[in-house]
Parts: sequence; C-alpha cells; structure tokens
Amino acid sequence: MPIPVEGFMYPNEVELQWSVLIVLYPFITGLVAGAFILASLERVFRVEAVKPTYRLALLTALAFLLVAPLPLQLHLGHPERSLEMYLTPHRSSAMAMFGFVYLWYLMAVLLLEIWLDYRRDIVLKSQTSTGFTRFIYRVLTLGSNNISDRSLHIDERLGYFITLVGIPSAFLLHGYVGFIFGSVKANPWWSSPLMPIVFIFSAMVSGIAAVMLLYMLTTRLRRQEIDIRCLDKIAQYLMYTFIIDFSLEMLDLLQRIYEADESFRSLDFMVHTRLWMSQVIIQILMGTVTPIALLGLVQILKLTETARKRIYALAGCLTVMGIFAMRWNVVIGGQLFSKSFLGYTTYKMGFASREGLLPAIVLMILPFGILWVLVKLLPPWLDTGSIPASGSAPAHGTS
Amino acid sequence: MDTTRRRLLVLLPAAAVAWKFVLAGTPEASPNYKLTEHWWGMLIDIPKCIGCGTCSRACTEENDVPVGYYRTWIERYHLDDWKMEKPEVESPDGGKEGFPANEIAGKNFFVPKLCNHCADSPCTQVCPVGATFISPDGVVLVDKTYCLGCRYCVQACPYGCRFINPKTKTAEKCTLCYHRITKGLTTACCEVCPTGARQLADLKNPNDPVHEFLRTHNVQVLKPHMATGAKVFYNGMDGSVR
Repeated sequence: MPIPVEGFMYPNEVELQWSVLIVLYPFITGLVAGAFILASLERVFRVEAVKPTYRLALLTALAFLLVAPLPLQLHLGHPERSLEMYLTPHRSSAMAMFGFVYLWYLMAVLLLEIWLDYRRDIVLKSQTSTGFTRFIYRVLTLGSNNISDRSLHIDERLGYFITLVGIPSAFLLHGYVGFIFGSVKANPWWSSPLMPIVFIFSAMVSGIAAVMLLYMLTTRLRRQEIDIRCLDKIAQYLMYTFIIDFSLEMLDLLQRIYEADESFRSLDFMVHTRLWMSQVIIQILMGTVTPIALLGLVQILKLTETARKRIYALAGCLTVMGIFAMRWNVVIGGQLFSKSFLGYTTYKMGFASREGLLPAIVLMILPFGILWVLVKLLPPWLDTGSIPASGSAPAHGTS
Repeated sequence: MDTTRRRLLVLLPAAAVAWKFVLAGTPEASPNYKLTEHWWGMLIDIPKCIGCGTCSRACTEENDVPVGYYRTWIERYHLDDWKMEKPEVESPDGGKEGFPANEIAGKNFFVPKLCNHCADSPCTQVCPVGATFISPDGVVLVDKTYCLGCRYCVQACPYGCRFINPKTKTAEKCTLCYHRITKGLTTACCEVCPTGARQLADLKNPNDPVHEFLRTHNVQVLKPHMATGAKVFYNGMDGSVR
C-alpha cells in the first residue's frame, strides 16, 4: 500500500529512514544519563536525602545502557558490520565517535563505579553463598578479595573520582546524542546548536523521573515505607531541571517563530497537523506543563504525604511519557516533511516487523528484566538485604 | 621446524586479509584513466529539458535501480507569477514516463535532479565507517561491501538523492556512471538525452566545453546556502527551485 503523501516530496524521501527504534535510542540513553546524574547528587554533592536511590539509580543506568545499542543493531541494514565502527571509524562522523563515547561511559564509568561501590558486598557474598551463586560472585570479585578498611577507603576515593569524571561523561553521552541530530544541516527540524543542551536536560528530567518511579514501585513491592524526604528532594530536583529543559525548548521555539526562515512555514504546518497530538498535546501540555504544574503545586501547598506521593507518581509518569513524545517528535517529526519544504509524508509503523511496534515494546521491557536480575544479584536497598545495612557504608564515605 | 610452523600460522591469516584488500581495491581495468586528471561534475541546461524521462529510464536500466527508487529524476515546476515562493512541483514515478499534459497558464519547466557530487559533501562526512567517500576525481561513491546501512547519509543529504537499496540493504545513489566515465564514455543519462540538456563536465580538463559555458552563462547550484560544494550546475534555473 502506498505511503500517503501531501504536496511534493523528493521521490526518495517518501519512505522514512529512521523508525520507532531510533526513537528508543535517545530515549534509553537519556534515561541512562539522567539516572547517573541523580546518583551523582548523593556521591559528589552529598545530597544525603536521595541516598536511598543511589544504588538503584546506578543499576537502572546500567540496565538501560546495556540495551541502548540494541535498537541500533536491529535497525542497521548490515548489523554484522557494526564492529567496523570501532575498527575503522570515520573520524568526521558523529555516529562513529558516539561508539567510543558509549564504550567509555559503559566501561570506564558505570561498570567501574558499580563494581567499586559493590565490591565489599560481592566479596562477602562470594564467601557466604553457595553453589552457582557463589561462582557468580567469585567471578564478580575479579580476584580482588581484600576488603580491609584501607582497601575500602581506596575504593571510596576512587569511586568518588570516577563519579566526578562520570558527570561530564554522562553529559557527553547524551549531549552527543543531541549532536548526532543537531549537526545535520540538511534538516532544519534537527539542526540547532541548542539540540545537545536540550537533550542533556531532557535526559536528566527523564532519568530522575524514571528512578523516582522505580524507587516508589520497588519500595511498595518490598512492602517497605517510602522515604518521603527522599521523594520530596527528588521531586524538587525534577521540577528545577524540568523548568530549565522547558525554557530551553521554548527558547528554541521562539527563535524559530521569530526568525521564520524558509523552513518555518513547512515546520509550522507540520506541528499544527501531523505532530499536533504528539507534540502539542502529549509532549507540551500533558508531558511538560502538567507535571511542572503538579510539582510546583507541591512546593506551594502543604499537602499530606499520601497526596504528595500520588502527585509524584502521576507527575513522574507524565514526565516519562512527555520525554518519550519529545524523542518521537524529534526523530519521526524530523522526517515527515520534505527537504524541499513543499510536502509531507506519513510514518507507518509495522507491528511484528523488524522495526515495528513489537520489537520496540520488547526492547523497552528488556531493561526492566535486566534491572530485576541486577537487583537480585546486587541488592541496592539500604534497609534490608543479605548484607548488613552498614555494608554500603564504606562506599558512601562513612568508613 | 617449530619456528617455521609458528611463522606460517601468523603469516597465513595476515596474507588472507591482505589478499582480501588487494581484491577489494582492484579497480576495473581502465589503463589510460588517471584519477588525478579529472574532476567530474554535470551541467544541466534547464531550458533544454523537455521532461521526457529518457534519462531516468536509462539510469534505471544501466544501474539496475530498484523499482520505486531513483538515482536521477525529473521534477516539473509550475509557478503562478503571484506566488513565486510556493511552486507546485510533481514528479510522478520520478518523471520516468514523462508528464501528463499541462495546459495551466503560468511558468512551467522541468528540473532534472541527481546527486550533486559535492566537494564538501555532508553525506560522506557523517558516514560512521567511511563507506561513502569522494574519489580523487570528484565522484561521491558508496562501497556497498562496507556500508552498514545506518541511513545517516540519507538523512544528511540536503537534496534527497540517496536511498537504501532494498536488495543490498546499503546506501545507494548516482555514481555518475563511474564504470563508464573511467572508460572515456559519458553517463547513461547524458548519452540518451535527446536535447543535450545534460552534459557531463570534467572541470579539470581545460578542453572541456563546460568552461566556456560556465564563463558565458548564469549558472547556479541547488541550495547554495548549504555550502556543500555541489558540482551539478544548472543553467537558467528559476529561484523557486529547491
């Protein structure tokens, strides 16, 4: 069935090149970067209130980071050649360099930080557990069984240093995703120097919201009491970051409206028609203005704990939805209009096809499965778990 | 004996890899063709184009272009004098079979399109593995044995000239009939154009008539603000063309 086209598209433009899988890619890396930055609040900036989410945030970042390359792999025409990006990278390509940014972030920041933070727990578990579990923990120790005070102190110092390096790395990770789009001069919807910055702040927003929701959900599932002080603090940070993010996006929009260059009519028409629902309704009204208003309401009114929790849950869900819509509007929206600015095409998403809705859903569920395994293996909770609560103490600077 | 065996074990895979590169890098035999002596482009004389679509058909035939994709195509522009900024453009099946008769008053003309073989091409810049590149004689090519099919180059091309070949799952575009021009022939589209609206141009060859033409005519490239160093020059192009 032919793809519906309105006006004139260059003949090769009718079919969209980047599908819903490429929408997932910035969405997932955004969650990674945001979750890590939330974790670093506790580690570097000593925001004690968010401590209950520290390890959960790290594990969330890892679970999503492991899945991040999968949508790209699935999308490639020749996934078997993807390693060439590392072996023979083209240095002027933003995409090629992203491979190294990703690897740096995974290997040098996230895995190392998690390992250092959990090393004491891993060593203790390798001594107390039995059977296959014992084998796994023994492998995870990487042969380092020294958990003397001095050794743990070194872990702590090194972990602090890695987090310090990790913050700009997280910014780099997602800022770079923004650059991949922002540097395409052929596409006025993408081409903007603000794109990397907007991506960084939207990443922080989505990551903070996701960890907040995960913290609420997991605490409830474990029948534990939610630390409302922690939640209040996270919600506060979410609101501040969201306001900056929204301001940047509006700045970009105002600039475009005022300049009204040759692409403006075409883009404006697209926003008012094909992107009306996903951009104006879902992204801006439901996914941005409403959560900011809800979070602001909590700051102004004196609400009960239960009411606050409900508001945070609602605001968190709307935020994640809004950021997903933002990624959708960037990736899909950027391909719906012709580079001749004379016409519009349509995105038809398959269901069980290689780049359809089903693989996208599976790819979105996968990080939660990985997170479940990680949480089982490396419990992030401060209150309970097989390791005594003090178990996390050395890694948190109190040894 | 032991040392020899070890050496052999090291040398064999190395030799296999080296041989693969030798094979991949072996150009088609064109003994008299010197890469550095040419700098290819094309000249398109818009007033001469009659929109017959022969060029597009010849290209499809010559290069086995899949149905529904175009290495070259023709657009028909229709302009009313009071809305110069909003032309009506059409290109049914890339203009391959020509265009239906148009009796509407106003300005009507045809614009053949193809890869602009940009000297500063954004598509080669973004390729993550360098599978698409500018040859020393100025032609933008794709190594389909190396292309990942990531489609970043398709996004980066301001002119919509690239597509993903559904068979090879790699990026594809006009090669300026590289297999022909390196043998001293012209491109398939230029060869068949009944009015001479398309002319292959060797910008490094001082005897190429293109130099005289460029000196004496007002020629433009598409989207000059993109600063891509496009080498497809259009004579008599209306400002509304994009």
